Amino acid sequence: MSTSLEKQRARDGWLLSAPALVLLVFAAAGPLLIVATYAFLTPGDYSGVVWDFTLKAWFQVLFERDIFDDSISMADAHLSIFWRSIRLSLLTTILTFLFGLPTAWFIATRPAKQRAAWLFLITIPFWTNLLIRTFAIMEVIRYDGLLNKALLGIGLIETPLRIMYTDTAVLIGMTYVYLPLMVLPMFAAIDRLDIRLIEASYDLYATRLKVLTKIILPIVRPGIIAGSILVFVPSIGAYVTPRVLGGGKKMMVGNFIELQFGAGRNWPLGAALSLILLLIVSVALIFYVRVSTRSDSDG
Amino acid sequence: MKKTLILSAVAALIAGAAHAEGELNIYNWGNYTNPDLIKKFEEAYDVKVTITDYDSNTTALTKVEAGGHGFDIVVPSNGYVKIFIDKGLLLETRPDQMENFKNMDPTWVNVGWDMGRHYTVPWQWGSTGVAVNTSTYSGDINTSAIFLDPPAELAGKINVVPEMADVMAMAIYYVGGTDSCTEDKEILKKARDVLVAAKPSWLSMDYGTTDKLSSGEWVASVNWNGSTFRARLANPTVQYGYPVEGYPLWMDSVAVLADAKNVENAKLFQNFIMDPENAAMISAFARYSNGIMGSDAFMPADMKTAPEINPPAELAAAGKFAEACPKAVQDIHTAIWTELQK
Amino acid sequence: MAEFGRRKFSATALPGFSTVAAITFIVLYAPIVTLVIYSFNASDSVALWGGFSAKWYGIAWQNTHVQEATIRSIIIAVSASAIATTVATMAALGTTRRGKYSGQTLIYIMINQPLMVPEIVTAVALLIFFASIKVATGYTGLIYLIVAHSAFCVPFAYLPIRARLEGMDLTLETAAADLYSTPFRTFRRVTLPLLAPGIAAGAMLAFVISLDDVVITEFVKSAGQDTLPTYMLGQLRRAVTPEVNAIATALLCLTVLLLTLFFLLTRKRG
Repeated sequence: MSTSLEKQRARDGWLLSAPALVLLVFAAAGPLLIVATYAFLTPGDYSGVVWDFTLKAWFQVLFERDIFDDSISMADAHLSIFWRSIRLSLLTTILTFLFGLPTAWFIATRPAKQRAAWLFLITIPFWTNLLIRTFAIMEVIRYDGLLNKALLGIGLIETPLRIMYTDTAVLIGMTYVYLPLMVLPMFAAIDRLDIRLIEASYDLYATRLKVLTKIILPIVRPGIIAGSILVFVPSIGAYVTPRVLGGGKKMMVGNFIELQFGAGRNWPLGAALSLILLLIVSVALIFYVRVSTRSDSDG
Repeated sequence: MKKTLILSAVAALIAGAAHAEGELNIYNWGNYTNPDLIKKFEEAYDVKVTITDYDSNTTALTKVEAGGHGFDIVVPSNGYVKIFIDKGLLLETRPDQMENFKNMDPTWVNVGWDMGRHYTVPWQWGSTGVAVNTSTYSGDINTSAIFLDPPAELAGKINVVPEMADVMAMAIYYVGGTDSCTEDKEILKKARDVLVAAKPSWLSMDYGTTDKLSSGEWVASVNWNGSTFRARLANPTVQYGYPVEGYPLWMDSVAVLADAKNVENAKLFQNFIMDPENAAMISAFARYSNGIMGSDAFMPADMKTAPEINPPAELAAAGKFAEACPKAVQDIHTAIWTELQK
Repeated sequence: MAEFGRRKFSATALPGFSTVAAITFIVLYAPIVTLVIYSFNASDSVALWGGFSAKWYGIAWQNTHVQEATIRSIIIAVSASAIATTVATMAALGTTRRGKYSGQTLIYIMINQPLMVPEIVTAVALLIFFASIKVATGYTGLIYLIVAHSAFCVPFAYLPIRARLEGMDLTLETAAADLYSTPFRTFRRVTLPLLAPGIAAGAMLAFVISLDDVVITEFVKSAGQDTLPTYMLGQLRRAVTPEVNAIATALLCLTVLLLTLFFLLTRKRG
């Protein structure tokens, strides 16, 4: 591997990525630096910040000073909010994968001419507004809703299920909302698979399990990883679904940070919390890049 | 033909609002402005009015403070009017010297957030109380115990609107506090304890109260009076309670922004809505009271006698306007709220 | 028996997969069906059935505020997804299949950064940054929203395209180059068609994500720039009426109609 070749590779790589990077520096990462500095400032009286340097926000992330007796303890409210978000997001990712893989497989194995139509069929429900869609899900799962009527009708249950305003409702809603984010990348990956490869392996007496683990999964893997990122990362910050279907009784990180920038009027704490979230997710992503580039050189 | 129409619409949208003469940009709460009122104003003064929505006082304040928004008029709630004024974001338009000020109800002239009405004109005012479906619970509903110490019939079927300031104020009044921004730790501690203890009896903390109250999905809710009024029209068993321990009042007021581009039109609008007939149009749409004398005559008949709009005399005094709390108190409220929703 | 077995056997069939796919499609459309039904609700409620009526279609037809918001949403979503998909495709080509080079991880993290912070944080950041530009230039057009949407749509377009590219065979491109095809020609005739499903998937995601955005739009919008989601957000505190269901249904019908037309036309030509 000559260094000049590597240099050219780097130059081309940066050049091709440049438009995306310029856009993101201008309208995402760059402005975010403004907010990052807020994490080290003092909250303003009614909004914004005062330019007085302090680490108080960072202290508040982890510890709380009891409002009544001034004793200092771990901020267990913050920890439980973070933990609930991560748990629900993980479950959402698993559920979207379990429903998404067969669906993506089904679409990718349709005749070439039909595939676009099936892709549209999967995305059209998402062209209606998120809020309206969430209300519609509520119609389905509520006490006297469609689901309970159907289950009662076929005699599967005796009394209607109480799903609304529970974590189950949030999970159902998030799985619904984030499903296309899992299906589409997996479809893009599966679609590369040459069917003849599978036929050949069956001819060579491979079992179904072998075909699945040795041929299909390696091909789909980049899609699974991309889909998992697209579902897991944004669902940590989910806002509308926990509020409407979960009844807003329990916060997720997204709602909690929103509270700091909104009615709580504590921008520095909100900024510090989001920097921590950014850090956790970045570490996870770097890990992913390492793993996926290693598989690149394997193949 | 249609194509050019769409194209020009697209072009106009992308070009953005040009601030020519004859325009007015109103920044108001969503679903709060009667379109007929706007149409009437547009025709009377040959002004093109554009409405843009917000969903909370903090969003409005943050956006206006950042600048470059293009709005002329904003409609903040009482506590926030003072913040807007203190930050120098409002123009002193002197509504008290305008022609239609004669119609202003004297009750609303010398208010804490705008003494003598140098900046703002009332839009609507109301209260936050409790709504109860009386077919399920027939006891006394004029108490915050409905959601803070719920009777067995209601437990598990209660909603609380996720408005931190209102809910905190009601809890503080319930445990004997008189000032919603009290710094008395004993009171705040009691308020926290009563909220934490009541939380397991709540089904949800959500908006959409009008709908779910009338459908019977929620049997009780912390709710606004106008919203309960609309729920009762759909389902007569829904009643509004004014908690005797104390309940928050609020008033949203129309103010002109310091960086407004269409100041004259904005002033015309302030004067316009002090006309009783026009004020009645505001109330007819969102179902809250306005602050203009003589507007009753133009109100829909069902509003004149509505118990949600006209509190019984013995309970009227329990209503208190809440200010936006100082930072130290606010932090305690947020901590309690976080503990409640963790 | 052997005949029967062979006929039934398909290399692409995996046990249970079609059943799960069928269930997924049914579950996806169940709420959409209720949404359409409630658009014909005579009562003011999206949760309480009050008899059949088409009145909400009439009300939506009269409401210019909501119509403008809908058109604005679509303009933003179309522009933003086009921009995001273009830059994301280039970035995906720049970050895959070329071995390691310095800064690759940095590019990757930067591209995915919009996913990593809750929307409200980006929203506040953009509000402060764009407001200063708006004050300085006096221009308050729709471009700010389009740029903001394009930026946060980039990772949603990038990841599916990257998933498509990763480990994709280089043989065809090498063959083309061997046959003295110019790099541009190779890209247009060989790489792009191979990439197409990934690009389509990415563009669709970007479109949907832009169409749904509330928080960033709420903070970036200037006077008269409500989109359908921010209009809905404003309604949430008071009451949401079946009017929005009527709009959603009308849009749904329009898309299905356009897509059917599109497919019929392309089929004829093919």
